[in-house]
Amino acid sequence: MSTAPAVDNARPKLTVKDLCVFYGSKKALGPVSMEIPEKRVTALIGPSGCGKSTFLRSLNRMNELIPACRMEGSVTLDEQAIYGPGTDAVMVRRRIGMVFQRSNPFPKSIFENVAYGLRIGGMGNGSDLSGRVERALRQSALWEEVKDRLNESALGMSGGQQQRLCIARALAVEPEVLLMDEPASALDPIATAHIEELINELSDGYTVVIVTHNMQQAARVSDYTAFFYMGDLIEVANTQVLFTKPSQSRTEDYITGRFG
Amino acid sequence: MSKMSAMGSTGREHTNREYEQELRRLREQILSMGAKVEESIISSIRALTERDTALAERTIAMDRQINQMEIDIDGLCLQILARRQPVASDLRFITMALKLVTDLERIGDLGVNMCERVVELNQEPPLKPYVDLPVMAEETQRMLHDALDAFVAGDAEAAHRVIERDTTIDAYYSQIFRELLTYMMEDVRNIYRATRLQSIAKYLERIGDHATNLAEMVVFMVKGQDIRHAGKLSVPRQGQG
Amino acid sequence: MIVRRWRGRVGDAALVISTGAATLLVLLILAILVIDVVRGGSARLSWGFLTKAPTEGMTAGGVFPAIFGTVAMVILMTIAVVPAGVATAIYLHEYADRQAPLTRIIRIAVNNLAGVPSIVFGLFGLGFFIQFVGGGIDKVFFGGSKVLGQPALLWASLTMAVLTLPVVIVATEEALRSVPRELREASLALGATKFQTVLNVVLPQATPGIMTGTILAISRGAGEVAPILFTGAAYYLPQLPWYPNSQFMHLGYHVYVLATQSPDVDAAKPLLYSTVLVLLAVTFVLNLSAFVVRSRMRHRFAGASS
Repeated sequence: MSTAPAVDNARPKLTVKDLCVFYGSKKALGPVSMEIPEKRVTALIGPSGCGKSTFLRSLNRMNELIPACRMEGSVTLDEQAIYGPGTDAVMVRRRIGMVFQRSNPFPKSIFENVAYGLRIGGMGNGSDLSGRVERALRQSALWEEVKDRLNESALGMSGGQQQRLCIARALAVEPEVLLMDEPASALDPIATAHIEELINELSDGYTVVIVTHNMQQAARVSDYTAFFYMGDLIEVANTQVLFTKPSQSRTEDYITGRFG
Repeated sequence: MSKMSAMGSTGREHTNREYEQELRRLREQILSMGAKVEESIISSIRALTERDTALAERTIAMDRQINQMEIDIDGLCLQILARRQPVASDLRFITMALKLVTDLERIGDLGVNMCERVVELNQEPPLKPYVDLPVMAEETQRMLHDALDAFVAGDAEAAHRVIERDTTIDAYYSQIFRELLTYMMEDVRNIYRATRLQSIAKYLERIGDHATNLAEMVVFMVKGQDIRHAGKLSVPRQGQG
Repeated sequence: MIVRRWRGRVGDAALVISTGAATLLVLLILAILVIDVVRGGSARLSWGFLTKAPTEGMTAGGVFPAIFGTVAMVILMTIAVVPAGVATAIYLHEYADRQAPLTRIIRIAVNNLAGVPSIVFGLFGLGFFIQFVGGGIDKVFFGGSKVLGQPALLWASLTMAVLTLPVVIVATEEALRSVPRELREASLALGATKFQTVLNVVLPQATPGIMTGTILAISRGAGEVAPILFTGAAYYLPQLPWYPNSQFMHLGYHVYVLATQSPDVDAAKPLLYSTVLVLLAVTFVLNLSAFVVRSRMRHRFAGASS
């Protein structure tokens, strides 16, 4: 277990300490300690079942939706504990957004999809709402493509567009952290390239954590990479270092393809 | 040649067998090119000490094979880079292999240069008994040999020892040069042969430098530390990983 | 190889033939039923039949009060059963802890409720709604006089609602289950509470399924007679049931009485046929309207998630 090196002065946005996740009596993850640096892209890699998605979902309390799930340890966002008696999962999820592996737009219009999070938060119709919707769609490079058909159903879009719509939907509530669970795994190479380009642009304003099983994608997109294996965090380092000179032999074996 | 060991730090094999075989083939080709280059150094000096012009000419002809090997190995590296997207130790190996064969090919060219001087010298009576040059040549060839051994074994310590021996080679050169200077100052008719001999010594000294380069590359491959140009960088090197 | 392929083809053909034959058989029975009723009933069918009250001891006039009563009862029943059933299903599916004993008890109760014979519901309606609830209200608010403690449209509708409750619950739960988990997760991940998610994402998506449940409830409610025997149906009641505590005529009940208790069977036969035809037509129209509403809703969510 190692903590992310503060090589480039990025301060930690999320701090995870001794996190353990249990499904029933079985330990699925942990103990894991690491820091997620602010306004950088951190990639989580590892073979199937290694716990990286479980780790990701612990960061915005989505694991609580699974009935037998139990957690130990702590996660703090800007020094505030995410779990604990005083904190509300709903408020956590407004600050930490999530994009899923398969795009899951609501069966509503494009506008209503992006506005959903804002309406839920109590914002009514008006220039504020449409302004935020437009900004989110611009941020996810969709605005030009859909500005004339905002009232059409979101389900008529292509896979790549739907995923960008889901990203816009998450961005509309202006979270501080964006979690992405294999966002491009169901997309063709060109759509994937769009998403990767988007991630690059987003990292200026958001802290991004992305789970990917595609190592080349992790190498292309991230500033830091964390390697998980069988429920443990094996190594976390600057991406360039991890892919040229990893310090752990298990990391070396995995990324060069000697197993897994 | 000592036995081959896999370049991966745990000695495990690639899941993809074709990839594993490509890497193995690459290693083998580098080693056989290294062997050919060593042979060319040895032959060059033997052609000098035994005044065997035919050997020198054969050695010059052998350089074609060395050039062809450089092209083959470069092609193999390119193919691996394109198809396998290597990372970590594999990446260091492939990128260094590209540079390694360049150095080997230059050594081969220096061997050709040596043979050309030998052919010229053999047309004249010997200037002096050849004592220091064969010793220097043997030392140089041994450096190259040890560097290639370190490459095969993934032994960074052995590579470091090779690097240290470069100063010895430089010392030999200075000594031979001083001696040849005295011959040249003695009698102007010695100049032709003395300059040829000095060229050969220079070539050997450069071969020593190339062998040192090889050893530095081995260190980078094994440990991920780039130790080239020590003491001669514009920005002092930070501790790297 | 050739033999096996041939056997496969024979198997295919046998399947098509047998299922096709079964379908034809069902259609045939339905056709016989409809044709017989139409033939027998169209004689007496007229605008007057449909809009006038019965006269001369049920041998002349029309069945309008029965039509009105049937429709009114079905509407009241629907108003009662849909909210209750949907709310129960939402609780069971979205909020209840699957392992808790209370949840198991509720599910067992729902399943058993579906199996209770309809006549028993009638007795339940009599004993609980009319005597206990109605009688109780009478004692407290009306000083003992019989206002609500008697057979009435209200109680008959509520009894029917209890009867059709399991159908609505099960259909709603199916509909809720069919809403993909990803949509719920997307909503929650945006910072919505469970309630907001159910309201804004799950229910709209589940509405066609809920409509299916409603259609099934309506079909059953329009046709069942046993539960209303003691709870509010009357045979000869020319006034319309404008008050919830009045009794009402019902097409199904009317058919039952005509068929079994007429003083003059032959004179009543054409009347009987016509009443049956009207009953079928009313049921058909009620079902059709519900279908139309559902299919309009389906179009609104066209291209539903894969």
